[in-house]
Amino acid sequence: MPRRERTRCVSDRRRLFVVAVGGSLFLAGCKGDKEKDDPRVALAARVGPATTSGDTTTKFADDGQWVRPAKDFQGTRFSGLTEINNTNVQKLHVFGTFSLGTTRGVEAAPIVAGTTMYIVTPFPNFVYALDLTKEGMPTKWSYKPRPVNAAQGVACCDVVNRGLVVDAGKVIFNTLDGRTIALDAATGKELWETQLANINLGESVTMAPLVVKGKVFVGVSGGEFGVRGWLKAVDENSGKLAWTAYHTGPDKDVLIGPNFKPFYKMDQGKDLGVSSWPADQWKIGGAGVWGWITYDPELDLIYYGTANPGPWNPEMRPGDNKWSSTVFARHPDNGEAVWAYQLSPHDEHDYDGVNENILVDMDWKGTRRQLILRPERNGYFYVFDRKTGEVLSAEPFGFVNTTTGVDLKTGRLQYAPEKATRIGQVVRYSCPAAPGMKDWQPSAYSPRTGLVYIPHQNLCMDEEGLEANYIAGTPYVGTNVKMYAGPGGNRGFFDAWDPVGQHKVWSIKEDLPVWSGALVTAGDVAFYGTMDGWFKAVDARTGNPLWQFKTGSGIISQPMTYSYGGKQYIAVLSGVGGWSGAIVAGGLDARDSSAALGFVNAMKDLPQKSTKGGMLYVFAL
Amino acid sequence: MSSRSNGWRATCSALIGILLLSACERENRRFQENPPTATPTSTALIVSDLQPGPGMVIPKVEAPYDDNAWAVSEGKSLFNSMNCSGCHFQGGGGIGPPLMDEEWIYGYEPQQIFASIADGRPNGMPAWKYSLSTQQIWELVSYVRSLSGLNPKGARSGRDDHMMRKTPEASTPNAVPKMSSTPPEDSA
Repeated sequence: MPRRERTRCVSDRRRLFVVAVGGSLFLAGCKGDKEKDDPRVALAARVGPATTSGDTTTKFADDGQWVRPAKDFQGTRFSGLTEINNTNVQKLHVFGTFSLGTTRGVEAAPIVAGTTMYIVTPFPNFVYALDLTKEGMPTKWSYKPRPVNAAQGVACCDVVNRGLVVDAGKVIFNTLDGRTIALDAATGKELWETQLANINLGESVTMAPLVVKGKVFVGVSGGEFGVRGWLKAVDENSGKLAWTAYHTGPDKDVLIGPNFKPFYKMDQGKDLGVSSWPADQWKIGGAGVWGWITYDPELDLIYYGTANPGPWNPEMRPGDNKWSSTVFARHPDNGEAVWAYQLSPHDEHDYDGVNENILVDMDWKGTRRQLILRPERNGYFYVFDRKTGEVLSAEPFGFVNTTTGVDLKTGRLQYAPEKATRIGQVVRYSCPAAPGMKDWQPSAYSPRTGLVYIPHQNLCMDEEGLEANYIAGTPYVGTNVKMYAGPGGNRGFFDAWDPVGQHKVWSIKEDLPVWSGALVTAGDVAFYGTMDGWFKAVDARTGNPLWQFKTGSGIISQPMTYSYGGKQYIAVLSGVGGWSGAIVAGGLDARDSSAALGFVNAMKDLPQKSTKGGMLYVFAL
Repeated sequence: MSSRSNGWRATCSALIGILLLSACERENRRFQENPPTATPTSTALIVSDLQPGPGMVIPKVEAPYDDNAWAVSEGKSLFNSMNCSGCHFQGGGGIGPPLMDEEWIYGYEPQQIFASIADGRPNGMPAWKYSLSTQQIWELVSYVRSLSGLNPKGARSGRDDHMMRKTPEASTPNAVPKMSSTPPEDSA
């Protein structure tokens, strides 16, 4: 269907009853439609400064603590604690609560280091330290970073924060307005603060940092604002910037050098971050980092994925758009890229590649291999060799019709041409929808069962391309989206996936998208939360429901477990929001099906099922 | 030339004259636009219903384009091309609040909406006064008002050019505007 931009004038004119006199005037009026000034702000130049700084030693956590959102460097979200298990989890009861003082979506994990629990809230990013040694877990200290209010205007999908880390006696976290702050974990005193992002370029920070060998890794959000995506390393002791790796542009900016050995031909070549874009588009090409980073101490590599290219409208950026929706392996010391694999070249549907890379060593077809397990937004469960970047398996873990598979010879995702997004054309029933089969919500891996526990959504969409205008600091998207439930009518699943057998082992249907992370323990219990507030425990081997508790607001955060005084506790934050819960957190109007990038249309019933909140719940036997 | 023909002409001219006088603001396209001078004054920007002491009558500023369909459609075009729609979408909201409902954080009077667009608002609304002309901002004001039926129905958009996302403005029920009871997020 051709674009019908001018028909508005024609239909207006048709209704006129003064045609005899006015005809020429109105024709002129139509002609004048595009003759107005169209002020646009020029592309902003970005310069990445680079300094170097020293290292400190790496600290590994035991099972009593939970010092980073993913628990360990491998990103398993598995705890060896067994006091709470699949025979007694029914006896869990509330041990303690704490109100966060905020009402936006809570995606963070509570963090426990030593005898203190630390929590960072959504904007305005309060930090609390709760004393686990005293009855009622009183506040030891709190900290208010006071991010600029205007930063809320460049946060695409609610003003969330995905957590803090504790390392070497410091609490380190990011603010929405793009600062990384280190506090003394004992006193809450500020040690350093470094401004990394610029809201006037549409940049914000929502991810949890990861600390490896004295470096704090922080990525930028803003794939809907035409940012030029980056990952930065900041010295843990001084707060000074150590290196910046951009995800678009020439190799030297991407920190691609002589040791860069991508496995597939499609990812090999010079300056692909420039040549896979129309001229200069890479400068506003998105590809931020707002998900998860994992670390393999043996190979000394960090692994993470980059976000969607900008704008969403793919017709405005012919080419593969490297290095958007890409997995990178880098050396933490200098940021040097070792391999990269583009999951969704020339992304058609906002399939960010930010999901977790879970690092495990497993027997793969008879050989022990160093693997990455990765349930990806585009709908495929990838198994990589993490030394080389070779894709060993990529099987769909839900209903996919936007692509037909991954060619394991070339590594290339195979798009279904009939689902391509086009300007002026509405393509219906594209699955998975823009948030993908699975969005940010991290899965968990149990070495006891060998299974990956995947919280995810089941959504499809209608999509139409639009021209997008780049104006620095404002959204740069260029699509109309309308989402709705996928096959079966339920909007979410909590699944157990066998990565070696490459199939689903069990699957729990949830009415609403499962937007919380997963937790699994050596007690063979898996935990997750639902957007209507239920916190659930299921048998990790069978998926049988074992226990549930209704919290005050929807759960979109990351459950965790810790022990204190020889007793095991399970903790989760309740507070609906995020992209999926924006209708509640932002008080949106569901009569506009395109609201919140089309997610509101799939969540019209959420306001009846959950209200805003922000509360910690701690459970014990 | 018969007198009958003259009579027809006279009648027609009179009719056209009446129509021109009475019905054309909706369709008026001023080629030599004098930019509206009615920029808000400080007294018009009060966003509180509470005025200690005797209070005062706040002079209302008329929106120059509320009843002009062409200007409202220009406002709609600007709303999308300047990326207002990237945050407010087609009125349902997202990053920014909805504009099609009855809740107004900073006021629904034309001068208050003008100020919200021109000066920005603290929780993420950009200040547009250096990127848009006064005339363009007034066009946006009237389009924004049309989203919840605050301007005359005849001047509102009757159809959409894109994927069906919502009922067109001309068919959207008028909302009774209220100052929001929800305070904006605070960094305190």
